[in-house]
Amino acid sequence: MSRVTLLALQVMVAVVSLMLWHLLTTVPVFGRVLLPPFFFSNPFDVAHQVYIWFATGVIWKHLWVTLIEAVLAFFIGSIGGILVGFWFARQPRTAAVFDPYVKMANALPRVVLAPIFTLWLGLGIWSKVALGVTLVFFIVFFNVYQGVKEVSPTVLANARMLGMNERQLMRHVYWPSALSWMFSSLHTSVGFAVVGAVVGEYLGAAAGLGYLIQQAEGIFDVAGVFAGMFVLAAFVIVIDTIVTVIERRLLVWRPVAETRP
Amino acid sequence: MQETASPQTAAPSAIALNGVDVAFRLADGGVYTAVERADLAVADGEFVAIVGPTGCGKSTLLNIAAGLLAPAGGQVNIYGAPLPGLNRQAGYLFQADALFPWKTALENVAIGPETAGMPAPEARARAQAWLTRVGLGAFGDRYPHMLSGGQRKRVGLAQVLIRDPKILLMDEPFGPLDAQTRQIMGNLLLDLWSADRKAVLFVTHDLEEAIALSDRVVIMSAGPAARIIGDWRVPLARPRDISEIKAEPDFQKLHRDIWHMLKAEVIKGYAQAEGV
Repeated sequence: MSRVTLLALQVMVAVVSLMLWHLLTTVPVFGRVLLPPFFFSNPFDVAHQVYIWFATGVIWKHLWVTLIEAVLAFFIGSIGGILVGFWFARQPRTAAVFDPYVKMANALPRVVLAPIFTLWLGLGIWSKVALGVTLVFFIVFFNVYQGVKEVSPTVLANARMLGMNERQLMRHVYWPSALSWMFSSLHTSVGFAVVGAVVGEYLGAAAGLGYLIQQAEGIFDVAGVFAGMFVLAAFVIVIDTIVTVIERRLLVWRPVAETRP
Repeated sequence: MQETASPQTAAPSAIALNGVDVAFRLADGGVYTAVERADLAVADGEFVAIVGPTGCGKSTLLNIAAGLLAPAGGQVNIYGAPLPGLNRQAGYLFQADALFPWKTALENVAIGPETAGMPAPEARARAQAWLTRVGLGAFGDRYPHMLSGGQRKRVGLAQVLIRDPKILLMDEPFGPLDAQTRQIMGNLLLDLWSADRKAVLFVTHDLEEAIALSDRVVIMSAGPAARIIGDWRVPLARPRDISEIKAEPDFQKLHRDIWHMLKAEVIKGYAQAEGV
């Protein structure tokens, strides 16, 4: 499939979905509108709402807040995950002691932590960052742990035969291996950083995309909810594209599977 | 059939294994004896090949000489001194890919000197010279996955030799390569080796390769509890060309003689590998 065909088909999916949405919310079928606009709004109202947000510039402040929260959550969670991942991988005894607690903490739905974080850290950005951190941390932690554990024994033996000491092994073998695992989960962890921020905002905030959606919901402004969702989706796609570019740069040494059309 | 002991000279052997046992603890609590009472001496500057059926513990013996594995019994002496841990005087060329996948060919070769404390620019320059020596001067910026199997082995060879180890341990290094590339690599190895005659312990299951390359061929029996059962001097003149030497009558006679002994062990080895 050529690029042009692919793009055309992708656009078609969007157009058809939007048309169906529009028709079902405006044109009665057998005397009945299948999707009542009160619950489903319609594409034009949503587009109008998005347009107003951008035209008045209201949206930028909210996007900025969400972005800052997600970025902070990502970095703090990653640094914590890397440190603890390395520590546990190099100290199997510590890892064994903490194992059940790590599993417990990871199994806990993070949403239940949101009220605690709000109590502790207030309604500002830090309670959202904390929520994002709890999500990002575990992904990075598990990957770094795995990356350090799963260094090829041959590569490790080779490094030792080449005269590397513990510190050099760390720098030339464990660290790159752990990072490659971490980077391969970059999309997931960045995605979760955004999820943490938005969910946190939704549960109680004064700004951000989640707050915007929650406010619209509070006054039954369905167009506002959908508009918030669309802005969020676009925001995530932009971030994901940036991550892809960064990933390509960082993992240049990795073989790329040849995909043929 | 001529059994030859290693010549007793005044200089201590580069590698001397005396009655080495190798055993592994199994998951069920039992003990698996891989190698039993192995005696092997490699003189300084000597090229010795170990040949044996699959799974006979050849590589295990190399790991013992490298210090990656401690023997369950017996003694390992390197230039007359007991081996305390890792063998710092040895370079090891592994069978599997051992290059650092996240480093370019040049970085892979330069890492040895850099680890030893050489400033990076100098290490890079030397690495470039070594890459050129193994015929990969223009491939320094490639990552391992961009190189062919033969090219990766060349980088591996440069990575090991740049450190100028006194002993070279090689574990079926050309095993995964195709026949033509193996010959080319064999000739390259002999070429590099003849420049400064390191002590070499070369493990292979290919008898032809062993005879063509080495001064002595050591035969191991099928495992478990594999033993060294033969030690043959290779009286072929150097320098050799691997593809031509195989046509010589001396080569063919030696090959016939050794193969006669090895055949029985290979059959035994297969039978065990298939769980018969």
